Amino acid sequence: MRLSLRELSISFPNPVGDMLPALGPISFDVAEEEFVCVVGPTGCGKSSLIRALAGLLRPTAGSARYGDETIDNPMDRFAIMFQDASLMPWRTVLDNIALPLEIAGLPRDLRYDRVRALLSQLHLEQFERAYPAELSGGMAQRVALGRVIVQQPRVLLLDEPFGALDALTREKLSLELLRLRQRYMQTIVMVTHDISEAVFLADRVIVLSRRPGRLVADIAVDLTRPRAPDLIYEKPFLQLTRRVRAEIEDLGT
Amino acid sequence: MRKTAKRNPGRQEPTAGTQLGTNLRRASPFLTVFVLLLLWQWVSAREIISHILVPPPAEVYRAFIKAMAAGTLPKHALVTLEEMLYGLLIGLGIGLVIGYAIAKAPLLENILSPVIVGFQSTPIVAYAPLLVIWFGSGLASKVVTTAVIVFFPMLVNTIVGIRSVSPKLRDLLRSLKAGRWQTFRHLEIPSALPVVLAGLKTSATLAVIGAVVGEFVSQGSGLGFLVTSARNLYDTPLVFVAVLTMTAISLTLYGLVAYVEWRFLFWQRRSNR
Repeated sequence: MRLSLRELSISFPNPVGDMLPALGPISFDVAEEEFVCVVGPTGCGKSSLIRALAGLLRPTAGSARYGDETIDNPMDRFAIMFQDASLMPWRTVLDNIALPLEIAGLPRDLRYDRVRALLSQLHLEQFERAYPAELSGGMAQRVALGRVIVQQPRVLLLDEPFGALDALTREKLSLELLRLRQRYMQTIVMVTHDISEAVFLADRVIVLSRRPGRLVADIAVDLTRPRAPDLIYEKPFLQLTRRVRAEIEDLGT
Repeated sequence: MRKTAKRNPGRQEPTAGTQLGTNLRRASPFLTVFVLLLLWQWVSAREIISHILVPPPAEVYRAFIKAMAAGTLPKHALVTLEEMLYGLLIGLGIGLVIGYAIAKAPLLENILSPVIVGFQSTPIVAYAPLLVIWFGSGLASKVVTTAVIVFFPMLVNTIVGIRSVSPKLRDLLRSLKAGRWQTFRHLEIPSALPVVLAGLKTSATLAVIGAVVGEFVSQGSGLGFLVTSARNLYDTPLVFVAVLTMTAISLTLYGLVAYVEWRFLFWQRRSNR
């Protein structure tokens, strides 16, 4: 099903009560199983966009729709992942990943079976009984990724999921995300501030303007899949990143 | 050390050096008490202060044995303990409920805060006589003074605890379509628990104050009564016995809460950093 934004805009009241526009109006579509990255300067309303798609934030005007359903509350089979892993420090890795299944009412054995099947794909087998405080940033984010995948979502909403990680870990996790996507094939909308990450991962890159963020460019990334790490040294890749960069630089400072 | 920690998460082998350090740390509270006892013995042996004011430990011990044998100490201690426990339960319950309500509905805070802060800032000793007039001179008035005094730390810590729940985790649970009860159970309780237990620690030590204040105001029984009657007879050793019993009860309660904390907040100790 198609994810579509129609003249969606979001404003927040300031302390005096005036409405300050944060995003939009913005319109674009995301096709089923498409991977769209949204890039833009800080404060352009990227996170608000993700929250609106997740049904956590009502748009001030316009709408976001999935198929013919308006998203005004969290939707079935939508999953969201944040910049910080946001794990529950009192739960083990196993129980953190199992949380969505527990909320859904799955019995313990069943949810543990499903999580354990996933742990090896995430290279977390040895850590199932570890607590979040014992994990590195990259591992914690792997657990957060597991908590998203275990929901078997149709739509994955990622809010700068690798933004807080070092470059190497980020690259590793990006590859893992692509691998998991190939296996489960979901629609993905991901917000990032890293241009080459966006081009490397996405089918389309959407560039937002400064606050309030509007669509300034919608660039198709016609690179073949599966994508190998070496891709980033090749000409088509570099041309695309240059194009995205140019769009962002045109926004001025 | 690093490597084993990585391969075997959460399971660090204690080395000889840290073992000694841990033992020393565990023993240090008892050492403090021991040193204080020595000092006390030394002061009374030299009679730096008159024995009528500070009786020597041995005399206090004799008074303790006597009060135990006569059954007066257990009787009064049990009375105080009963008042404390009921008071704690009631004050704790009300503090938790109102605290949760206030954390969820900030308007309630505006409505209730004049009453609550007013109560808290008025010395309980001043209005305890009123409570005795209202609730009688029996168990009830002491339970009420205890409840009033333990209520406030529980209230404040519950509010702080519930408000400190991570907004990201709230978003996560909303996106998982968790119900109110699930959010409460899986997120709010465990998030607030450290702060609430810290409040309970304070409350546990305040409980004895509430009970004894009540006993001072309306005489009859309890450790507070024992103190007053012993003082009237200039039986300082018995005053010491009663006061030290209060300390012991208070410390035991504190220790219980600390144990609960240790048991349930294990995940806070898990940090390698």
